[in-house]
Amino acid sequence: MANYLLIDFGSTFTKLCAVDSEKCDILGTASDFTTVETDITEGYQKALKKLFDRIGKKIEFEQIIACSSAAGGLKMAAIGLVKELTVEAAKRVCLGAGAKVDLVLSHHLNNSEIKQIIDMNIDIILLAGGSDGGNSEAVIFNADLLGKSGIKIPVVFAGNKSAQDQISEIFKKYNMNGHICENVMPSINVLNINSARDKIREIFLKQIIEAKGIKKIESEINQVILPTPSAVLEAAKLLSEGYLDESGLGEIVVVDIGGATTDLYSICTSTKRSDVIVQGLEEPFAKRTVEGDLGMRYSAPGIVKSLSEREINFINKEKGVDIVEEVNRRYKNVKLLPENQHDEFIDQFLAEMCAYRSMHRHCGRITEVLTPMGKVFNQTGKDLSEVSYVIGSGGVIINSKHQYEILRQTTNILHNPSELRPNDPEFLIDHDYIMSAMGLLAKIQPMVALKIMKNHITQIRGNQDETSK
Amino acid sequence: MKTIVIGVIGADVHAVGNKIIEYTLNKSGYNVVNIGVLSTQEDFINAAIETNADMIMVSSLYGHGEIDCRGMRDKCVESGIENILLYVGGNIVVGKQDFNEVKKRFLEMGFNRIYPPGTSIDEALKDIKTDLGE
Repeated sequence: MANYLLIDFGSTFTKLCAVDSEKCDILGTASDFTTVETDITEGYQKALKKLFDRIGKKIEFEQIIACSSAAGGLKMAAIGLVKELTVEAAKRVCLGAGAKVDLVLSHHLNNSEIKQIIDMNIDIILLAGGSDGGNSEAVIFNADLLGKSGIKIPVVFAGNKSAQDQISEIFKKYNMNGHICENVMPSINVLNINSARDKIREIFLKQIIEAKGIKKIESEINQVILPTPSAVLEAAKLLSEGYLDESGLGEIVVVDIGGATTDLYSICTSTKRSDVIVQGLEEPFAKRTVEGDLGMRYSAPGIVKSLSEREINFINKEKGVDIVEEVNRRYKNVKLLPENQHDEFIDQFLAEMCAYRSMHRHCGRITEVLTPMGKVFNQTGKDLSEVSYVIGSGGVIINSKHQYEILRQTTNILHNPSELRPNDPEFLIDHDYIMSAMGLLAKIQPMVALKIMKNHITQIRGNQDETSK
Repeated sequence: MKTIVIGVIGADVHAVGNKIIEYTLNKSGYNVVNIGVLSTQEDFINAAIETNADMIMVSSLYGHGEIDCRGMRDKCVESGIENILLYVGGNIVVGKQDFNEVKKRFLEMGFNRIYPPGTSIDEALKDIKTDLGE
């Protein structure tokens, strides 16, 4: 018998999931508060005790592996040349690696931007710029400026390959923590994620988790292998594509609403239509976006920040609440759990807003262009209209009494024809909050992870006032 | 190797001529960056910055080229590629206008070479070789 323990050290909770690989099933799950400020093992031990209590006995594990977004997750700065090209490519690579992109910088850097990198405690810098054989002057200037500033933060160079040798020399000259990999945009509008993403994950593994106090746990577990969002992305990919003769679900979207961020993952091609002209930087098949201003607690104020006063007044009148007061209360008390109907009502409303907005930013756009040759369609971003499933994850969705209403916000409820949102998807729920755990398991036992996901990520269950569609 | 950004500007979807230009320039030993149809001025300029291009060659076949190209040189100046060569060709204006007048207007807009309808890419190639060196 082979049992695996999968751990997610989250910003608030340490979540455990024990799996029996022979039965292809979950033995149990448990969680407790993450205790990264003191000693991360405390929270882990508490959660482990709960897990054993639930299973009814102590069990041995073949392997214990973890992902982490504790201590602020992986904070990155993405640097490129032109905003729509290498800057965007660098940003997408960071997101694909499971990072939070706290700083996005373009063209020649200046000293105040360098200061920002230091002040914001960035974990890794991704330095891109120039297609292969293209501009190398800007990346060399930027690498030199970073070197002169004495920065010891790991720098991943993923720009113009023709500049590699000079960049290596700069890394050596200033004794920098520098790494070289393939260009994120080797030619115009072509996106090359893998090399830089793998390098970022490697640095995360070797250097970052140590700095975040997570290394302490390594004597008790085998390893921390991924940033949490990266694990979820792996799980979503597996669930979509299937493995060997076990089929997947096809094209899917996953929406994960957390306390600090709302993450959206789409696993699909950018378009299936032959009558559109797709423009802009190539879209990744497995794409993640993260909204740092949309969340249920830390980022709750962000939800109302972009509303006009008129909209706020409208909401207050319509719903009979003081929405600004409510989001501030949640921001001040991030551990707040809904205690009454009123709290649940507000959380539901905020979650719906997060789902709607995050999809608004994630999905592609289509516009009609009238030309002398007739009407043509111009598409930017990903077309999600044919996606088969939208999967809800994260505490607020899992615990909601109106899951359908939250997930429905990802579809085109306002009938805006220019937004390429899912048209008519089925809604599924990650009831046991297992996606990050299955992303970890996918690394060693993909078949088991896929089967468990297919059994546990299922339709909205009964006791909901709306069942499914 | 010299780099040339090519594409079709504006709400114009004429793709074939653009492919012929790409083929010819490639064969003549240039690094061609083809950004395709329905391209904006910004698309051309962004591609030129990233690829460190020596020249932007704009095609327009649907008669609105003059509107689409207005202000392009100014944007190049703002973007730090003020010295880039700008070529334009195709059916760049509406109707049968005196080409000398058209050429004058485009020269004033900051384009370096302007080609009338029906020009083959081979003719332009001579100028490219002169302007960029072999």
